[in-house]
Amino acid sequence: MEFWKDPINTIFASLLKSFTSGGMSEVLATILIWLIGILLFVTFAMVLDIFLVWIERKVVARFQDRLGPNRIGPFGIFQPFADIVKLLIKEDITPVGADVILFNLAPIFSMMSVLLLWAIMPFAPLMVGVDLNVGMLYLVAAGSIGTLSVIMAGWASNNKYATMGAFRTVAQMISYEIPMVAAILVITVLAGSMGAVGIVEAQEIPFIFYAPLTFIIFLISAIAELGRSPFDLNEAESEIVAGFHTEYTGMKFGLFYAGELLHSFTFGGFIALLFFGGHRFFGLEELGPIVGALIFIGKALFFYWVIMWVKYTVPRIRIDHMLAFNWKFLTPLAFILLMVTALVGRLFLESNWLVPALFLSNILIAWLTVEYLKSHARKEREKEEALKPSAQMTQH
Amino acid sequence: MQITQILFLIFAAIILGSAFKVVTTKKMIHAAFWLIVTLFGVAALYAMLNAGFMAMVQIVVYVGAIAILFIFAIMLTRKELLDSAAPLNKNWTVAALFALLSFSGLFTLLNNWRGFANTAPELSADMDTITELGTALVTPNAYLLPFEVASVLLLAALIGAVYVANEAKSE
Amino acid sequence: MQNPWIYIGLFVLVGMFIPIAAIAIAAFLGPKKPNAIKQSTYECGIETVGDSWIQFKAQYYIFALVFLVFDVETVFLFPWAVALNKLPLFAVFEGIIFILILLAGLVYAWKKGMLEWA
Repeated sequence: MEFWKDPINTIFASLLKSFTSGGMSEVLATILIWLIGILLFVTFAMVLDIFLVWIERKVVARFQDRLGPNRIGPFGIFQPFADIVKLLIKEDITPVGADVILFNLAPIFSMMSVLLLWAIMPFAPLMVGVDLNVGMLYLVAAGSIGTLSVIMAGWASNNKYATMGAFRTVAQMISYEIPMVAAILVITVLAGSMGAVGIVEAQEIPFIFYAPLTFIIFLISAIAELGRSPFDLNEAESEIVAGFHTEYTGMKFGLFYAGELLHSFTFGGFIALLFFGGHRFFGLEELGPIVGALIFIGKALFFYWVIMWVKYTVPRIRIDHMLAFNWKFLTPLAFILLMVTALVGRLFLESNWLVPALFLSNILIAWLTVEYLKSHARKEREKEEALKPSAQMTQH
Repeated sequence: MQITQILFLIFAAIILGSAFKVVTTKKMIHAAFWLIVTLFGVAALYAMLNAGFMAMVQIVVYVGAIAILFIFAIMLTRKELLDSAAPLNKNWTVAALFALLSFSGLFTLLNNWRGFANTAPELSADMDTITELGTALVTPNAYLLPFEVASVLLLAALIGAVYVANEAKSE
Repeated sequence: MQNPWIYIGLFVLVGMFIPIAAIAIAAFLGPKKPNAIKQSTYECGIETVGDSWIQFKAQYYIFALVFLVFDVETVFLFPWAVALNKLPLFAVFEGIIFILILLAGLVYAWKKGMLEWA
């Protein structure tokens, strides 16, 4: 019975007992058990990643009115295994002039930056790698390792397209990090904690009702951080071949690709964690941590699907629009939301009106934003129309 | 030797070794990447001290922003200006002498300092250091003024950057 | 075992080991028949002119500078956000002033045309 309530710690305690009974010191035994646990955990992530490849290909096919992989196994579910075998036996090409060490390190760092996020993913109250009290900053820090891997790959490839792609990606990733962090700050204000577990615990009512606009900002900037369409300027096929991973072949390319998919899923998980109560689902999580973990994975998959839905629906945007949208719209809006949330949240602290007040203030900000955009667009249009006749005059 | 001491020595060796590579390596961009290794080493030292917030700030600000800025700056300069000069010039003996002198000076100073014998007070397990830090930052008797001055400083940095960039643009 | 960062350190090691293992297996299994054409830089079939060190727009650097300022700002705001609910009301206004000063900087950069890509 104990096992179902707290599986991780039960296994940990029993393993620790059997390890230390052999005369091993407790510190060494703990580190060994952690190492085994992490290995299993990361292997689970990688296996999940393999299925994500299948899900991605199947879903994109349905969006584009195709069937998708359907030859190997039922519904083509074994297709990714065939892909892996193919990637493994491909020749690994290093282009001339490449910086060999950085060239090889880049895919490793790319994958690592994603796997590191799993250390703080709270699948259920007691099923979490480690509950850091700076969890959300850790999320940002892992993201900057990802940025680094992109610039490494772009520079080390000795390819113009790769360098260009890397520069675009880095400009995009660092720009959209600001509204993302501001959105995380809103959640931190609401939860009063930076740790992943603390944030889930604070969500008696999911934070989506406290901060619906923040959710939209986080979703947009998360998609930009992931570099998925409409923000896939980094690998715009029609312009710069494949961006920073143009020169990568075989398993190294596979690592970039798998890393991107796992990253999307992980961000799906973080959306579920920050805005939709993590493992909570109408009291169903009371059944035990394993049910909670399944709920969490289900939510993460749903938001992974949302990210795919956006990716295969919206066309790519231009780089100047991308940057202008971030710096002239998302960043000011995110900081205004942060100020309003801090003020309203503090004024209505521990009152029953907290949720309605925050929700209404969000609606008000959304309305004001839309009105401002409308008037701005009207002004721009009038300016254009005022210019038009004179422009025609000069032509004649 | 304790395991933490071994870890400290490993990280210290990484920091010193990579810092040495920063100043001796010939390619500018390699120097930038070695600098990143140094910064990660410092972050690891913070983490060893259980100062998680500092470790994360180290990575977010230094690796995530400043190192990227360095790399952008290097990539913006023309290649002819880089990679040609040797990292050492003919005054290196004088520089080495001064470095040795200042090292020995610091060594004697710190050797006579008793602060090393002090041990840090034990933190209780349930103490939330982040909340303490946040409270200290906005309490008038503590660090409120530096906190607000920091934002003015950042504003000045931003205005300065805009001014310099505008000048460069108009040229 | 007070320090949770030991766990993170182990995670870094494992997180590096798995991709290295994948690349090593692939390097062991894959064929190795390099030739000059295969290893040449890919540029849609045309021969590469010059090296990949091309001059980039200075604008990238400007955006990185603006980003740096805001990144440092958010780092200051994190402890404030965590402690906010336990602090008196004026602490909220202190944070708001902090943000407003920086937003003024953003507006300044905007008005000076630094946020334009062209």
